[in-house]
Amino acid sequence: MGMTMTQKILAAHANKEYVKAGELIQVKLDIVMGNDITTAVAIPEFQKTGAKEVFDKDKVVIVLDHFTPNKDIKAAQQCKSCRQFAYDTNIKHFFDVGEVGIEHALLPEKGIVVPGDVIIGADSHTCTYGALGAFSTGIGSTDMAIGMATGEAWFKVPKAIEFRLEGEFSPYVSGKDLILHIIGMIGVDGALYQSMEFTGEGVHSLSMDDRFTIANMAIEAGAKNGIFPVDEKTIAYTKEHSTKPYTIFEADADAQYEKTYVIDLSKIEPTVAFPHLPENTKTVDKAKDITIDQVVIGSCTNGRFSDMKAAADILRGKKVAKGVRTIIIPGTQQIYLDCIKAGYVEDFIQAGAIFSMPTCGPCLGGHMGILAEGERCVSTTNRNFVGRMGHVESEVYLASPAVAAASAITGKITDPRTLGEE
Amino acid sequence: MKAAGKVFQYGDNVDTDVIIPARYLNVSSGEELAKYCMIDIDPDFVNKMKKGDIIVAKKNFGCGSSREHAPLAIKCAGVSCVIAETFARIFYRNAINIGMPILECAEAANDIEDGDEVEVDFKSGVITNITKNCTYQAQGFPDFIQKIMEADGLVAQTKARMMQ
Ligand code: SF4
Repeated sequence: MGMTMTQKILAAHANKEYVKAGELIQVKLDIVMGNDITTAVAIPEFQKTGAKEVFDKDKVVIVLDHFTPNKDIKAAQQCKSCRQFAYDTNIKHFFDVGEVGIEHALLPEKGIVVPGDVIIGADSHTCTYGALGAFSTGIGSTDMAIGMATGEAWFKVPKAIEFRLEGEFSPYVSGKDLILHIIGMIGVDGALYQSMEFTGEGVHSLSMDDRFTIANMAIEAGAKNGIFPVDEKTIAYTKEHSTKPYTIFEADADAQYEKTYVIDLSKIEPTVAFPHLPENTKTVDKAKDITIDQVVIGSCTNGRFSDMKAAADILRGKKVAKGVRTIIIPGTQQIYLDCIKAGYVEDFIQAGAIFSMPTCGPCLGGHMGILAEGERCVSTTNRNFVGRMGHVESEVYLASPAVAAASAITGKITDPRTLGEE
Repeated sequence: MKAAGKVFQYGDNVDTDVIIPARYLNVSSGEELAKYCMIDIDPDFVNKMKKGDIIVAKKNFGCGSSREHAPLAIKCAGVSCVIAETFARIFYRNAINIGMPILECAEAANDIEDGDEVEVDFKSGVITNITKNCTYQAQGFPDFIQKIMEADGLVAQTKARMMQ
């Protein structure tokens, strides 16, 4: 029986010819990553193992992105401990204020992750790098600690679900709409313990940014990872961003999938996930007359340059509705700079939005845009759980940058294709 | 190894944001986190529960963030075991890695009610509902995971390995 792409990468890193779903294996790691919240927990665990040094200074990554610039004294203490650890262990990829970006936007951009890698990160959206044809998954702080000490992690080889993509998106539809559509279809535990394997001709029409957004939210369907085949776009991206050697893995023709969904991209509509689960999706035409208090455009899901462009193209020359706080956050310093050069920052500010330095900030209810009781927010982030962005009685609606920007202008959830019609 | 206590019951998709919201993640000590355990789903949980009590939930318990603070808060609050129909995968491995006992058992998850007195035998996987006078059989752990649990978590196991 053949192997899926995920299984092939895992087999190669476990030094095996063949692995099968359900098997428990010990795997060699190419990258181990953590952020300011999870690394703080991993450090004492790392020390308890008795390890004095990390397994490889070039393969450990620490990104202080969640509560930075330090939002309060406790967060400052936490960042200080991470910083000290990074200096003591002399790791190469340590990102602090000034260089920092949201981890999952930053690692691909810096060329730290490439096709064929096995990556673990103490952050659930580590699955993002599957867009590059890598096996990449979120783990907790103890796994991070052990990963840093030994360069290895244990895994159960996952079963797989295939999503065969056909056709192309219509205008104003993007990767976010597709992944919300899929989560709505299979549910927040629809891919529990499994890999989501994207295949088919339709893959080639997707930009790398679309693929990052889609792989990013695999965890929101309970998946272990999401993964895309490597094509010319992946190779071009990798060569532009990295000098690291990479390996292309392909699924066997007789790879076994638990289920196959065939999806015609041209039929996907702008989609919104209603509170309080990412699976509560509706197409935007069924989300009329929902008034909002805040819009957030950013995060590891939609803080890339093409997301900023989508927002700028809609906001340019317009004004956000009075009373809608519109917060736009680029994923990295490079994206920030590119937005300045492209004139987007001026577009945003003239429209009445704010443009922040890169941070996770409001996405997890950290800082920079917390919601009060009863407030509603349209957000391009990835989770709309109870209290995720603030008060337990607040509401988060997940959408694409285009829907979020259009909603900022009208003050209610809006289909970007209908702007100017009313 | 056994556990016994009163059951606090919850539904599907209990996420890590309600188990321990991000606003409390500016500290990492288990004792500190335990004070806010379950606060956004059951604000009075830490006052109502007694050491040894058990959480029972339905599908996909612990979904969302990778924050190990979630099983840590539950463990340090004194919860002796979480029983669910299924667990989200990161929560599952975090719980095992830190030695927080969890059991998957659909029958128990759907039959046990809030307030029931329940006893768990981790070795056999037998869950006894004392209130209802019946038992359920949970899935046993594979050997590999059993060994991590026996070593009292992944850190202790790795330490032993690194000393060799
Ligand atoms: S942007 Fe949000 S989801 Fe992404 S890493 Fe930061 S907190 Fe997590």
